Amino acid sequence: MENSKKCIVVTARAVPESSLTQNRRSFYSALVSGLGSAISVGLALPSVAYLFVGHKADKTSNFVEAANLTQLEVGKPKKVTFERTRVDAWRMFQEKVIAWVVRTDEENVVAYSPQCTHFGCAYHWEATRDQFVCPCHESRFSIDGKVLGGPAARPLDRYSVRVENGKLLIGSEIRKA
Amino acid sequence: MFRRLLDWLEDRTGVEGAVKRFLYEDIPHSSGWHQVFGSVALFAFLVQASTGILLALNYAPTPGEAYDSLRYLLRQVTAGRLMRAMHHWGASLMIIVVVVHMIQTFVWGAYKKPREATWIAGVALLLLTLAYGLSGYLLPWDNRAYWGTVVTTEIAALVPGVGPLLVRLLGSDGTSIGAVTFTRFYVAHVQLLPPLTALLIALHIYLVRRHGVTPTPEDENHPRKKFYPEQVAKDTVAIFVWFALLMGMSILARVPLGRVADPTDLSYVPRPEWYFLFLFQFLKWFEGPLEVVGAVILPTLAVVGLLLVPFIDRGVMRLVRQRTGAIGLVLLAAIFWGGLTARTVATTPETREMDMSMVEPWQEISAGNMASIGFFRRAQCGSCHELGKSGVGPDLTAAPSSRPASWLEEHMKSNAKAPGALTDAQVQALVTLVTKRSDKAVDAWRNAPQSAVEGALVYQAHACASCHRLNDAGNDLGPPLNGVGERRDRAWIEGHFANPPKYSSGSIMPRSQFEPDQLKLITDYIMAIPK
Repeated sequence: MENSKKCIVVTARAVPESSLTQNRRSFYSALVSGLGSAISVGLALPSVAYLFVGHKADKTSNFVEAANLTQLEVGKPKKVTFERTRVDAWRMFQEKVIAWVVRTDEENVVAYSPQCTHFGCAYHWEATRDQFVCPCHESRFSIDGKVLGGPAARPLDRYSVRVENGKLLIGSEIRKA
Repeated sequence: MFRRLLDWLEDRTGVEGAVKRFLYEDIPHSSGWHQVFGSVALFAFLVQASTGILLALNYAPTPGEAYDSLRYLLRQVTAGRLMRAMHHWGASLMIIVVVVHMIQTFVWGAYKKPREATWIAGVALLLLTLAYGLSGYLLPWDNRAYWGTVVTTEIAALVPGVGPLLVRLLGSDGTSIGAVTFTRFYVAHVQLLPPLTALLIALHIYLVRRHGVTPTPEDENHPRKKFYPEQVAKDTVAIFVWFALLMGMSILARVPLGRVADPTDLSYVPRPEWYFLFLFQFLKWFEGPLEVVGAVILPTLAVVGLLLVPFIDRGVMRLVRQRTGAIGLVLLAAIFWGGLTARTVATTPETREMDMSMVEPWQEISAGNMASIGFFRRAQCGSCHELGKSGVGPDLTAAPSSRPASWLEEHMKSNAKAPGALTDAQVQALVTLVTKRSDKAVDAWRNAPQSAVEGALVYQAHACASCHRLNDAGNDLGPPLNGVGERRDRAWIEGHFANPPKYSSGSIMPRSQFEPDQLKLITDYIMAIPK
């Protein structure tokens, strides 16, 4: 009698304890993966935003006087050099900028960025062929910037321009993807 | 499929088995919440390492550019301010958790044989953590960084015998610090300390595993348990709480950026980071030739004492509740540290230093320029000349106008939407802004808050510039007004307007009676101008 009683007690204790342990085990595992994921997300979100979300630009670029309209002949490209302030992240400095400028009529001017849209070499105007020609891989562009031949895949990049009081003002580069 | 991949990996590298051995390590039955701090410290180090690397991606480690790049990071980089706050508060929270980890080890007597080496590696890690704090302190290159580090190098110079060598090693000439010191602190912070820390952490964890988690005398009567999942779960909860605290602080408490380091700014009173404040106060007790005792000898003895703890206390393992001596020592140290820290805090004068990362371009241009922006707005020029886009009239902020001044004057007088709003002198001032201005003025033109512009109009109307200099414009009959908001409080400035001699004896400044709203506008405005 004494013996069987003891036996019952043992089983009665053993059964709930093992199921409790099982429950606790899964509870602990769930806690580890749940909180672990929360921490990972908390670390990853700011990092991804920091690395991949665009930075706030401090200012929009100003237009700078680059040439007098009187210096430009209609239909004859001219290489123009001007100075502007460049903001490069935390640095700010004066830099010389070059543009190929074409006066299309009395009032209108286009300004091309001086680099070939293929691999960025400096192209030049060949008056005899009436083309912009890149010395690197022989991309050729028409006076209105279109690709005439060679490996370049897109027309010449332009600067935004304005004409005021007979003066040509050049702003930031407009890059088309 | 996945199973096969794992088996392949296990066969070639044994990584799965290693992870399993790590997780299913036997630990004493008594293990629990009091042993979570080591894991939290490791996590804190990983957070510091990752935020540190991210910060370095937008940081120029040279004295001139460091400050500008940090300001750029804070103002323009997405989540840059949060990232810096995480690194800053993470450092403080890491020191807290490292010290708590050490106190736990000490109170439980976990340094006893055979765990002496584990303890020594731990003390070395504590010193490394403090070294990060000292070297990282200089990197923002603001006044706080500069003057704080001057003190650090001066203390290094006091070390008997090797002082001059240490100073040379730190790249200082003994009186000021410059490019070489900066570079060495940077190299120490990002190139020397991290691999050293990683190595010591590896050693420390290896030793913990080699000797096992310290059991208590009671553990002999209990079966051992596995590290995973119970203890891992407790560690994870602790890490989560630490991380939540870090994120909360980083989002809510802004970390300011002071003025750029200025070796000639003798008005700056440096204070060390909070965990070193006690040392700052402690040094006041040691005068004259005794200063080396407080600055070098006693701190060194304290470190040596810490290293020797396992060799001094060689008694048998005892229960925590029987270790009254150890608990008493910790309490004494806490009272010593807390008392000195509280004393420093109580004796530190309140500073109103401006957070330079929050200073906008309008706070850095002349009051005259600001007033001209006010004329532009008052005459409603913006109804045709929309700023930032071309409307009916050209965008005047895009490029300086090349029209002759006479044309512009005539144009402003005849075309103003609010006719007669401006006097001739005001029209001329506006012509100047339209034809000649700085980039900061352009930004202010677009973005300056109206209240600040009106404050500048009051300033201009009362000709304050005929006696005072502000942002490099005006005369020097009276004191310059840059930084007046840091030197004086609002009540002083407002009272001073009404009765200057009452506040500064011998003042020749005429009394000004402002309407209450005007008084607020001009006071707000001048208080916003940084030093």
